[in-house]
Amino acid sequence: MTDPELRVSKIEDGTVIDHISGGQALNVLAILGIDGSGGVAVSVGINVPSDRLGGKDIVKVEGRELSQNEVDVLSLIAPAATINIIRDFEVAEKHRVSRPGEVTGVLSCPNANCITTEAEPIDSHFEVLGEGVRCRYCDTIIRESIADHISVA
Amino acid sequence: MSSLPLVAPPARSFRGLPRSRLASLTVHAFGAAPCGRGSDHLLSAKQLSRGDLETVLDRAAEIAADPGAVADAHGDRLLGLCFFEPSTRTKMSFDAAMKRLGGDTVDMGSVESTSVTKGESLADTVRVVAGYADALVLRHPSEGSATLASEFVDVPVLNGGDGAGQHPTQTLLDLYTIRENAGFQDLTVGIMGDLKYGRTVHSLSHALTNVDATQHFVSPESLRLPRSVRFDLHEAGAQVREHTDVDEVLETLDILYVTRIQRERFPDENEYRKVAGEYRIDAGLLDGVDDDLTVMHPLPRVDEIAPDVDETTHATYFEQARNGVPVRMALLDLML
Ligand SMILES: Nc1ncnc2c1ncn2[C@@H]1O[C@H](COP(=O)(O)OP(=O)(O)OP(=O)(O)O)[C@@H](O)[C@H]1O
Ligand SMILES: [Mg+2]
Ligand SMILES: [Zn+2]
Repeated sequence: MTDPELRVSKIEDGTVIDHISGGQALNVLAILGIDGSGGVAVSVGINVPSDRLGGKDIVKVEGRELSQNEVDVLSLIAPAATINIIRDFEVAEKHRVSRPGEVTGVLSCPNANCITTEAEPIDSHFEVLGEGVRCRYCDTIIRESIADHISVA
Repeated sequence: MSSLPLVAPPARSFRGLPRSRLASLTVHAFGAAPCGRGSDHLLSAKQLSRGDLETVLDRAAEIAADPGAVADAHGDRLLGLCFFEPSTRTKMSFDAAMKRLGGDTVDMGSVESTSVTKGESLADTVRVVAGYADALVLRHPSEGSATLASEFVDVPVLNGGDGAGQHPTQTLLDLYTIRENAGFQDLTVGIMGDLKYGRTVHSLSHALTNVDATQHFVSPESLRLPRSVRFDLHEAGAQVREHTDVDEVLETLDILYVTRIQRERFPDENEYRKVAGEYRIDAGLLDGVDDDLTVMHPLPRVDEIAPDVDETTHATYFEQARNGVPVRMALLDLML
């Protein structure tokens, strides 16, 4: 194998999230709700040398594609990420992420008194600001470490 | 009074009713609301433009001058009262306002007596009550509750206070009182007390940006305005001037708006007593100030305004409370 990014065996069908900002791979796994317990095959590269980013992280998930809500939150913590959809061992689609206007689900509101933290039939909903995000329900702004507010399902 | 149909009309026909006066509010303000889904809800003071404020306040002044003219205006309308927290003023004044418009209210009752104690969600409760009424007033301890409610019902939702969030109808009566006593021209307002959790403060400060008021915020460090409110004030082009001592600004003020500092915000009794004592006003403190200073308070007050202030020309809080009825009549008249 000559490709240094293919240190583990190739995946047949799934997703490669590439060009993740260095150090964010574990947060990307959290967005995907992957904690190792579900039996999904995952390989993670942390601080892999990269021309474009200096050091980057990379996450490869077998048999799984991302939902739009996951991609939206991903774009907030890894704005340079590339999402490669792998089918039959080849890159079938390649997408750059872009900053969305709002994100639904995935993040939870840090305000313990927010109605979204109660047992109500709604998803969390955040407006994306120039810097940070803001809860549509209670107006709370998250500016630092958005990844700390990824909800653990 | 015309009889009510036995079967509730489909939600859309509500919007089909004559609503010429509502149109101005809906189209220009509530329709452009950043929150809610573009319906005629009143969820936050942030929705209200200067034009909307003037529309409601002008209508309130007309109604105050001649309440008889609207005594039968809404004889076929029912307002649903959903108060998940105790309330005296907001609930009673909405009840009075609706009845003085010829309409009536249906009241969910106290939380202890409802299905909420059986674990019913807010989304379910408001959907049921919306089937009984033409509009809902909601008071709830969680921030964002009114926004949530507005997403589940087809009747207008009026936010009667959501946790430490917003209280826009209080703001309208506050503005009415301010306009009557000081006018909006070159207005300087001091807002004092619990600025962190005070929903009346969050609503009022935003609304005051519409009239370009100079605002001074006076509080202990631990109860200063939350980041989200400071963010909105900056976005609205207002300068946020924060102080810990009311003496620094007292002489420049047209309005001093005092709010209650709650015991439960402090870890211990001593700390609370110390802070509460520093944010208390009495007749002695107001001795040297201009006679024109208007002192307001959303009530209930505990110790933060000494009873000796009641006897001064500054005291305006009971007048303010009274204004709740014509202002809420005006709002209901425009929205129903
Ligand atoms: N079948 C596969 N299994 C695992 N990883 C794969 C597979 N196919 C490609 N990859 C990885 O997916 C990423 C994108 O593959 P690609 O061949 O498009 O590389 P590239 O040309 O370097 O792309 P880019 O320009 O986005 O960096 C690389 O990190 C590559 O190692
Ligand atoms: Mg590459
Ligand atoms: Zn929230």
